[in-house]
Amino acid sequence: MRQFVERHTFWAIVIFLAVAVLAWLIFAVWPDWLEAAIGRKKTFINTLLNGVTLAGLYFLVASGFTLVFGLMRNVNLAHGSLYLLGGYLGYEVAEASGSWFFGLAVAFLAIAGAGVLMQVLIFRRMEGDDLRQTLVTIAISIIAADIMLAIWTGTTYQFAPPEWLFGAATLPVVSVLKSSGDPVFIKYPVYRLAVLGTAVAVGIALWLFLNRTRVGMMVRAGVNDRHMLSATGINVPLLFATVFAIGAGLAGFAGVVGGTALSIAPGEDVRYLLASLIVVIVGGLGSVPGAAIGALLIGLAEQFGLAYFPTYGVVLTFLIMVVVLAVRPQGIMGTR
Amino acid sequence: MDARQLFSGNLSLADVHPGVALTVVFLLAYPGFASDFFVFQIGAYSLILGTISLSLMMLAGYGGMVSLAQLTIAGIAGYLVAILGDNSVGVMGLGWPWWLTVPAALLAAVLFSTFIGAISVRTDGIYMIMITLAIAVAFFYFVRQNYVLFNGFTGFAGIEPPTLFGIYWRDPVPFYYLSLFVAAGFFWAVRYAARSTYGLSLQAIRDNPRRMRALGYDVTLHRIVAHILAGVIAGTAGILLVWFNGRISPGSVGIDVAIDILVIAVVGGLRHPIGPFLGAIVFVLLENFAIDLIDRERFNTVIGVAFLLVVLFSPDGLLGLFNRIRSQVQLGRRTRLEAGRPATGGRNVVGSIEQN
Amino acid sequence: MFRFAKYTLAAAAALTLAAPAMAQDTVKMGALATLEGAFTVLGEDGMRGVRLALEEAGYMAGGKKIELITGSSDASPDSAIRATRKLVEQDGVQVLIGPLSGSEGLAVKDYAKTQPNVTFLNGTSAAQDTTLRNPAPNFFRFSTDGAQWMAGLGEYVYNEKGYRKVAVLAEDYSFPYTQVFGFLEPFCRLGGKAPIDARFWVPIGNKDYSSVIAALPDDVDAIYVALGGADAVNFLTQYEQAGGDLPLIGGSIPVDQTVLGSKGRTRDFVIGTPSAGPVSDTWDDPRWSAFVQAYKKQFPDGFPSPSLFAHGYYINTKAALLALDKVGGDLSDGGAKLRAELSKLEFETPTGMVKLDERRQAIADIFLTEVIEGPDGNLLNKTIKVIPQVEQTFGLPYDKFLAYGQVGRENPTCE
Repeated sequence: MRQFVERHTFWAIVIFLAVAVLAWLIFAVWPDWLEAAIGRKKTFINTLLNGVTLAGLYFLVASGFTLVFGLMRNVNLAHGSLYLLGGYLGYEVAEASGSWFFGLAVAFLAIAGAGVLMQVLIFRRMEGDDLRQTLVTIAISIIAADIMLAIWTGTTYQFAPPEWLFGAATLPVVSVLKSSGDPVFIKYPVYRLAVLGTAVAVGIALWLFLNRTRVGMMVRAGVNDRHMLSATGINVPLLFATVFAIGAGLAGFAGVVGGTALSIAPGEDVRYLLASLIVVIVGGLGSVPGAAIGALLIGLAEQFGLAYFPTYGVVLTFLIMVVVLAVRPQGIMGTR
Repeated sequence: MDARQLFSGNLSLADVHPGVALTVVFLLAYPGFASDFFVFQIGAYSLILGTISLSLMMLAGYGGMVSLAQLTIAGIAGYLVAILGDNSVGVMGLGWPWWLTVPAALLAAVLFSTFIGAISVRTDGIYMIMITLAIAVAFFYFVRQNYVLFNGFTGFAGIEPPTLFGIYWRDPVPFYYLSLFVAAGFFWAVRYAARSTYGLSLQAIRDNPRRMRALGYDVTLHRIVAHILAGVIAGTAGILLVWFNGRISPGSVGIDVAIDILVIAVVGGLRHPIGPFLGAIVFVLLENFAIDLIDRERFNTVIGVAFLLVVLFSPDGLLGLFNRIRSQVQLGRRTRLEAGRPATGGRNVVGSIEQN
Repeated sequence: MFRFAKYTLAAAAALTLAAPAMAQDTVKMGALATLEGAFTVLGEDGMRGVRLALEEAGYMAGGKKIELITGSSDASPDSAIRATRKLVEQDGVQVLIGPLSGSEGLAVKDYAKTQPNVTFLNGTSAAQDTTLRNPAPNFFRFSTDGAQWMAGLGEYVYNEKGYRKVAVLAEDYSFPYTQVFGFLEPFCRLGGKAPIDARFWVPIGNKDYSSVIAALPDDVDAIYVALGGADAVNFLTQYEQAGGDLPLIGGSIPVDQTVLGSKGRTRDFVIGTPSAGPVSDTWDDPRWSAFVQAYKKQFPDGFPSPSLFAHGYYINTKAALLALDKVGGDLSDGGAKLRAELSKLEFETPTGMVKLDERRQAIADIFLTEVIEGPDGNLLNKTIKVIPQVEQTFGLPYDKFLAYGQVGRENPTCE
């Protein structure tokens, strides 16, 4: 950090000021002119929190996607289908067993297994032909979407998370002052905060895995130079299968987590696939920190767009993507 | 038959493959024995879809760039015809005559495809699918939300081709011939261009961009020009499409239709311009008659499985399948593949789409 | 290679040469619904309505046998037109029932104008403009449109519930615009307010309502929610989670069976929401009970109660059959006599009398409902009142009603 401040003093000051302004916006009571200008504080705080928690969810989904691409150069366009399948399976298991956590675990393991199957049975035969692999993933996503539609129909499924995760928490952030002078605090759904916490935990776990374990070291080496990796005698097929399992498992896990927040229905697969695509394009393909940054940007953009410019808010995220592509095509943290 | 022979003045009737001659005669005589429904909804529609897929095939097969935004480009041209010309919805509809709206729509399509090319060719080939997918979805959302220009969710209706020379061009038979003319024109153009200097450079760039860059070719420019050419093809097909439907709405440019175009191109075969048209015919027949044969509900599974099988086992699509069957049965005549290299028995093995 | 193509095309050509051999004593009836994609469940229920009506008539009308040919679309107007064109031009249907969704209805109406010898009846498409603006002379709608579905609700919440200011949350496309219009027009005429900045139009398919919930104003009496299916379920959960406590007013879809029956946490929060629509699950009238019994008997694997989709398709099919009876199944004049009969047809349906106005739009009864918890734990709509014989212009003369303009985000302004 000190190096950063020394080398980019101007930007360091800018960032510091921005953080200070943000902190004031969050914790201080807003004066009237501010409320008149940009709306109520409650809207702003809620949108900010929504954006950050949504970013957590997007990070969960996109991290698997970017990991698979980074190592195996496989653009897995069936990632959204894995998400949806994880959601459905988790729902069925949770309903049958009565335990949401059990459903979560089964979703992770089952979809990880599906990922291994896909890698071993299909993608291994097409190593090196990225285009063909991508087309195969498109075909798989079409078939999977239709079969899931056949099994679970178009109904929406709502999960039942454990009671202690449901409901609203009161945050130590003041919304407005009542006429008596008492502060009104902002309430926020506990579950979404839990999602954010989970995403941070997974992010840290991924970082530790990639940077502090031997397997992680192999993965990083493979991202850098795939051919050298196999030349060093490492069991590459096993490594690929492991990484695909982790990537797919994360998608399934996110399916249950996201499904509990936002329900599961046909069409979610396309939505999360697109979100992952944009997040990794913006953040940089193959980079997990990039996925985090991209998710934060996109999550915030989406929520602020929805709250403040609902008509064209949806297009805002694509605009960001186009700008990033024009200015820095490899993404914010991507390497060429 | 070499397309260049058409222009060299040396072509004689004996050079024409009888299969080609028969097909040409069949296509020209088709309205003579087919019902209006078949001429319009099967014939003309296959030709239009085939033309859009042709633009994708050109980019993917010759350029190595799979773009899912070709339908978007067709959609832009279609929307502009509705906006600048007449429509029955009461939004926009500036009432320009057709000889202004058609070029304007084409120009818009070309500009947009240049834009797409410019932002997507600077990155690796795989990015193109992702980026064009995102652009296609962005366009869909935008036209669905915007009411001033694009009339949002409802879209435009009442779009008609002009009445020229006493013929109303949306009648089944004239429209079929119009689509046939356009499709055949682009078909020959792509075949010709594939053998031209530009086409050969593009295919070389597809195979090894680094080498071409080392040789001094401007790889980015070649790719953007490919997008522009594809934009012309897709734009024209888009104008025909909006005349065919008589309407355009966000659903016409949605992501599922864009994936259908990709499926058509891949299943038909990405190696020869006839591939997309074959794929389109199969797709349209399935779409119309599947409900009579099997449960229409699982239409997408059928399409997906066909797509998967083709990509796994016959990357050249129906064409490759046919070629392989033919060479297995040894039908005698040596065929020449489009790259100009002769085919032998075991050549068409399962391999990469990118390898020739 | 070209020979292969030629053979395929030749086979296709052979198919076309087989002229449809039509027996003289059969009438071909086509039914178009969304049997693909996410709306399949609704389309299937619509088809159940068609089959119910046909079964009731023994698949006979006017002394002739009825041959049913089904067509499928995926809710996009382009696919609806293609399916319609196939049914009419290839399969040769003389009567077509459908489509299901509003935008498809507008497209089919335009197509109907090009086929004057075929008679088109609606399925459940509920866009206003299908019969209000530029109607087709051979398109008949015996089911009510989205604005009519809201009849009585504006007056009820103003007078009985005492709401004076409402916020609006709806999806950003034509059907919710129509519903909001139908609700706000009488509400505003009575003096209610719905400020433009309290109207939240969310993109279709949006699942995340947290920002919208945060932006909801505190000084409104209720929120009018016109979201569909998955979106409604999401909103309700998130609103509850965010600690929201404003009473809700429902459009026709949020409290339809398809939403009340959704799996997962019970929608306790929704109990007490008033709404209005063309059907009411708990109406104790014998006509409705007979209809529900017949539906359950013929389709044991259908919904617990027929949805408004089964209902709409049933009524339109029944109208076609009754009119065919009246003309003795005679369609030799291109259906002109049939259409004349349809224009003056007036008959009893499970939800009351139906007849058509001068633009061939239904005048029928609408039900004002409130959500209650049924005896076996699932949620139902209790009928509060029946609003009789609602017209598409709400009783106003045509020119006055048309002066409102097309439905949109700010129609009516009602500040």
